[in-house]
Amino acid sequence: MDWNAFLDGFGVVTQPSNLLYCFIGVVIGMLIGVLPGLGPAATMAILLPIAYNADDPVSAIIMLAGIYYGAQYGGTITSVLLRIPGEASSVVTVFDGFALAKQGKAGTALGIAAIGSFVGATISIVGLTLLGPVVAGYALDFGPPEYAALALLGVLLVATVGNGNTVKALVAAAVGLLLATVGSDSFTSADRFTFGSLNLEGGIDFVVVAMGLFGVGEILYNLEERHGKPHVPAAIANIWPSRKDLREAGPAIGRGSLIGFFLGVLPGGGAVMASLAAYAAEKRIAKKPERFGRGAIEGVAGPESANNAAATSSFIPLLTIGIPANASMAMLYAALLVVGVTPGPQLIDERPDLFWGVINSMYIGNLILLLLSIPLVGIFVKILRIRPAILAPITALITILGVYTINNSVFDIFVMIIFGIIGYLMKKTGFEPGPLVLAFVLGSLIESSFRRSMLLFDGDATGFVTRPISGTILAFVVLVIAMPLIRKAFRRDTPEPTSAETEPAPREDSLR
Amino acid sequence: MSETAPRPGEAREHDILAELQAEVARDLADERPPQGGPSYQVVAAVVVLVLGLAGAWLAYGYGLGSLRRPGPGLWPFVVSVLIAVLAAVLLAVGRHLDDAEKFTRSSLLVLAGGATFVALGVLLPVVGFEIPAALLGIVWLRFLGGESWRSTIVVSLATTAAFYVLFLYGLKIPLPHLIAF
Repeated sequence: MDWNAFLDGFGVVTQPSNLLYCFIGVVIGMLIGVLPGLGPAATMAILLPIAYNADDPVSAIIMLAGIYYGAQYGGTITSVLLRIPGEASSVVTVFDGFALAKQGKAGTALGIAAIGSFVGATISIVGLTLLGPVVAGYALDFGPPEYAALALLGVLLVATVGNGNTVKALVAAAVGLLLATVGSDSFTSADRFTFGSLNLEGGIDFVVVAMGLFGVGEILYNLEERHGKPHVPAAIANIWPSRKDLREAGPAIGRGSLIGFFLGVLPGGGAVMASLAAYAAEKRIAKKPERFGRGAIEGVAGPESANNAAATSSFIPLLTIGIPANASMAMLYAALLVVGVTPGPQLIDERPDLFWGVINSMYIGNLILLLLSIPLVGIFVKILRIRPAILAPITALITILGVYTINNSVFDIFVMIIFGIIGYLMKKTGFEPGPLVLAFVLGSLIESSFRRSMLLFDGDATGFVTRPISGTILAFVVLVIAMPLIRKAFRRDTPEPTSAETEPAPREDSLR
Repeated sequence: MSETAPRPGEAREHDILAELQAEVARDLADERPPQGGPSYQVVAAVVVLVLGLAGAWLAYGYGLGSLRRPGPGLWPFVVSVLIAVLAAVLLAVGRHLDDAEKFTRSSLLVLAGGATFVALGVLLPVVGFEIPAALLGIVWLRFLGGESWRSTIVVSLATTAAFYVLFLYGLKIPLPHLIAF
């Protein structure tokens, strides 16, 4: 590993403007984590225009990254105090966190969660620092077939790993792939699906699509219901955990960090799955599993460490291979393309300032978050009292004016509104926009890699299977498709009240 | 979700995760609006089916080429056919899914909100952003959000002023504006 580049990265982060962007990013992340409604992917989408307008692209990326991991800290607060998960990845924290709050130990729960989050994230950044360059070096050998297979696997995993209906998620992903073909074909420059519009010739801007589907879609969806009334949070005292609490939570934090790190690296993985898996693991190895749900500190420490570790390690596939592992990472991928950087294995050598600047900003960002969530937690608890109705028009205005600034184009505003309405209708009918956006962002990569491979193989599609790496990846693709069917077949003898089609869990977006 | 648990193959893991999902679902069920019935599912699937068929038809027209020399239409054709097939699967087995939400009276709020977005887009190049932005704030706060007139006026004017400073001075972006200093 190139230690000089690593240390230079700290030089990048400690420039005052980058520190400021990092601070703004994590504070925004923490805020939207605390406020139910917008998730990190939506917020990152809404703020993508910053990438066009910032003086230094590195600062914009640092800020957007901060939103993602900052949100993991904020989500805990509402889970513990209000029994409302601020983020999907804090859903399991609700069980024991709120139980602790009822026993008057809200402060302990928040303190342990903050420490666990910090430890989990930091362990994960160290892992990212050490592992990132290795993976990137390995990925340098990838050719078009590997990229086609890998991106396909990423889209498939995101579509199937979430909790909603798999067929619907696959539909969303396929529509995303189709939308990515709109515009002039890069190989033959034939127009596709442009219907004679010059505005569509260059393709639909993915920033506009993401802002519409995630941003406007969620704003409209939130207008309709829920979150109408302000909540009165439980009082907190004694945020510093006692030594006994720390002793009890310590092993859970360690286990959660490891689980989170490994699950975060997988495409389609990320914070939500990691927190669930960590909670399950804690419950399974506990001596008295019946304590869980009644205020077990491990039930807060494990998942909270895991979701932060996973949020951090999900940067690995993006920064080293160039494949976003979830929808939030897809937004970062989009931001990188906007600033003229193609994420991929060459990033570490071509733009070491960006690579190490972003990674090292996470060390600092997490320190800031630890400060925000232990000594300053009271401020964020007060923010819970702000009525959502006041924030809604502000986010709406940021979105509209922001999308306009990208190209000074009113056309973009209307495209965004159309996708916003589509996003709203998708949510109403049980389709998640996440897979669509991810597939859309990766769409042109998949298509061009696929076509380049076909030229390479001289029309012989078996080349995908016979090349060792792409063959292995495609084997995974087949496994992902076959797995649910196999499991269904095995389950047939034990009929369940809910069929596999209708998994009831919260499809709040494993992708946020 | 459980297939990607840390150690797949251990049956107990699945149980705990399933149990958890059920618990979470119960918690969130209280917050969810009424479900849309099978008609919602059918309409959604038909829309998707039409999209897939139309996409396939158009893509076919662009020229499929051959596997050796893929034409511009080959990839969109493959994807469109996939969409149509998935839509057919939804039509066949997905009619009784429970993941659609009914449109209710409060869905009109969304319609009104969407209309203010369109209005802002239309007015922005004509009269600058200040007046439409303040109006959007008033509509959202007072009529969609049920705020008092006092906080409506204060928040929408303050927001507009803040955006003026932020965009024109902070970020130096030339938004169309009416008031010039």
